[in-house]
Amino acid sequence: MKRTIPFIALAILLALPLLGLSSYAMHVLILAVMWSVSGMAWNLLGGYCGQVSFGHAAFFGMGAYCAGLLSHHFQASPWYGFLLSIPVVAALALIMGLLVLRLRGPYFVLATLAIGEVMRVTAENLVPLTQGNLGLMIRRTWVDKTAYYYIILALGLMTYAIIKILTESRWGYYFVAIREDQDAAESLGIDTTLYKTIALTISAVLTGFSGAFYMNYMGYIDPQVVFSLGDISILTIMVVMVGGVATFWGPTVGSLIMVLLAEVIRSIPQLETAYQTLFGILLIVIIIFLPNGLVGDLHKITRLFKKGAHA
Amino acid sequence: MWVKLEVLLQTLLSGVYLGGLYALIGIGMTLILGVMKIINLTHGQLMMVAMYIAFWLFEILHIDPYVTLFIAPPLLFIFGMGLQKWLIDPVLRVESILPHNQVILTVGIGMVLTNVATIAFTGNYRSTPVDYASKAYYLTDLWRNAPIELSFSLPWTVSFVLAVAITTALWYFLAKTDTGKSIRATAQDRDAALLMGVNVGRMRMITFGLGSALVAAAGCLFLPIYYLFPSLGSQFTLIAFVITILGGMGSTMGAIVGGLILGIFESVTATYIGMGWAPVGRFVVFIAALVFLPGGVASLLKRRSYVK
Repeated sequence: MKRTIPFIALAILLALPLLGLSSYAMHVLILAVMWSVSGMAWNLLGGYCGQVSFGHAAFFGMGAYCAGLLSHHFQASPWYGFLLSIPVVAALALIMGLLVLRLRGPYFVLATLAIGEVMRVTAENLVPLTQGNLGLMIRRTWVDKTAYYYIILALGLMTYAIIKILTESRWGYYFVAIREDQDAAESLGIDTTLYKTIALTISAVLTGFSGAFYMNYMGYIDPQVVFSLGDISILTIMVVMVGGVATFWGPTVGSLIMVLLAEVIRSIPQLETAYQTLFGILLIVIIIFLPNGLVGDLHKITRLFKKGAHA
Repeated sequence: MWVKLEVLLQTLLSGVYLGGLYALIGIGMTLILGVMKIINLTHGQLMMVAMYIAFWLFEILHIDPYVTLFIAPPLLFIFGMGLQKWLIDPVLRVESILPHNQVILTVGIGMVLTNVATIAFTGNYRSTPVDYASKAYYLTDLWRNAPIELSFSLPWTVSFVLAVAITTALWYFLAKTDTGKSIRATAQDRDAALLMGVNVGRMRMITFGLGSALVAAAGCLFLPIYYLFPSLGSQFTLIAFVITILGGMGSTMGAIVGGLILGIFESVTATYIGMGWAPVGRFVVFIAALVFLPGGVASLLKRRSYVK
């Protein structure tokens, strides 16, 4: 039974557009899958390898700008952005890794945060290349959302497969060893810097894909949006924190919850302006009561209900 | 030639002024970091709260922002202690996979503060129309035959002097008083301090309150010379941690030097490269510090008088 659940879920996901969902419902679904890609990518570095990054917007935005600039300057199809983003984002991740991966704990958090912000300010000021705060506008390939849905679903499945294969391989155990005790891992002969760099680069490239998709799907980006600390970097962390750190399904569950929540909040006029407050409170509550997220602390939740049933 | 020198000196002067205020922000952050071993990513947001307190006191009761120095920091002191007691401290005791839960928690607090401020006070930019805002003294007033002309803005000068005074008072508190010594002991070695009878839990609360009060004081000093809007907090959080890294984590002296370096560097970037690039200059300093001087200025200071 347990083995068939993923296939059933996959079949449902594949069949969803056939149900004739409204354009809005498709939009929510697409965003949820896109965020789960970002979340899974972050989870590889943050959850498994224990390197909490506050700067994944740098990769997201870089991916988005790869697609946008290709289309803007060379009139190429923005879909080639996916190909271009691989070397560009990987190079960015390697440079970043060189700078920040020898740092630990708070240093690492701060350094990634700073690099995310550097990317934003640079994109804002390099007006000839990026048009600055004016942003980039491209023509979307399709009006209908079904094609986008299948593309992002394929991307999501690919990300899931990559994460699954990686974390169940020897590398995955190295990552967890680094998270649990870096010195112990080092003394057992794990080249911690190398494996942290690997985790960072893979995580970055996957996040870059998510960004490139965002450009193709939304058709408009500007530095404040795609390099945003609050709306990209921190939302990515929230997706993982709510769903469950270092779990396979956590980011997907988290992104579904976060995207639905965001849409619900935005649709209620009285709450619309307060959505960040509600997100913040949710984050605080999750950290205090379910520090390993909904999926990670599932046993805690079920136990709570069982206790209630006994009493 | 004289004109160029004049521009340079004026730039350096405003850099030092800015640096003095930055130092005050940085010290608060570095204190919290030293004692609690967490980065307070809601530091700038606390400053924003203090600035709104000062702003409304000025608007409604016409209390000068410099007088609010006696009102806003104590309020923020209590607020910071509350945050530590009811939100941050419980999380330190929770078992979790990620070691950085408290940092993410402070981000959540910051989001709530910024958003509540936006709802309550709208996102408009505001400035405090104090009547001395554009008053300035000139070097030629003091020294008639001076070959160059420098202007000393009145609010900047007052703010800088007050920042220096507060920093000195803080140094006295940390170095001479019993509570101050306990705080430093907690920062150096938590367990040893506990064994020596220091109430570590209370020291943490006081430290978080003190850090909040310091940044609140900086907010009051910034109000007459800066404008105010709800999302200003995140910008100052970034500044605070750049200073912290630059100065060396947990080092008060380092934070002062770091604040000055950053202030001067930013003002030089703004003059000679362009306003928009000042934030980039900030992060160039930051990354350079990480790469070339990972221990910050504090490691240089320590190298000179290393005892252990």
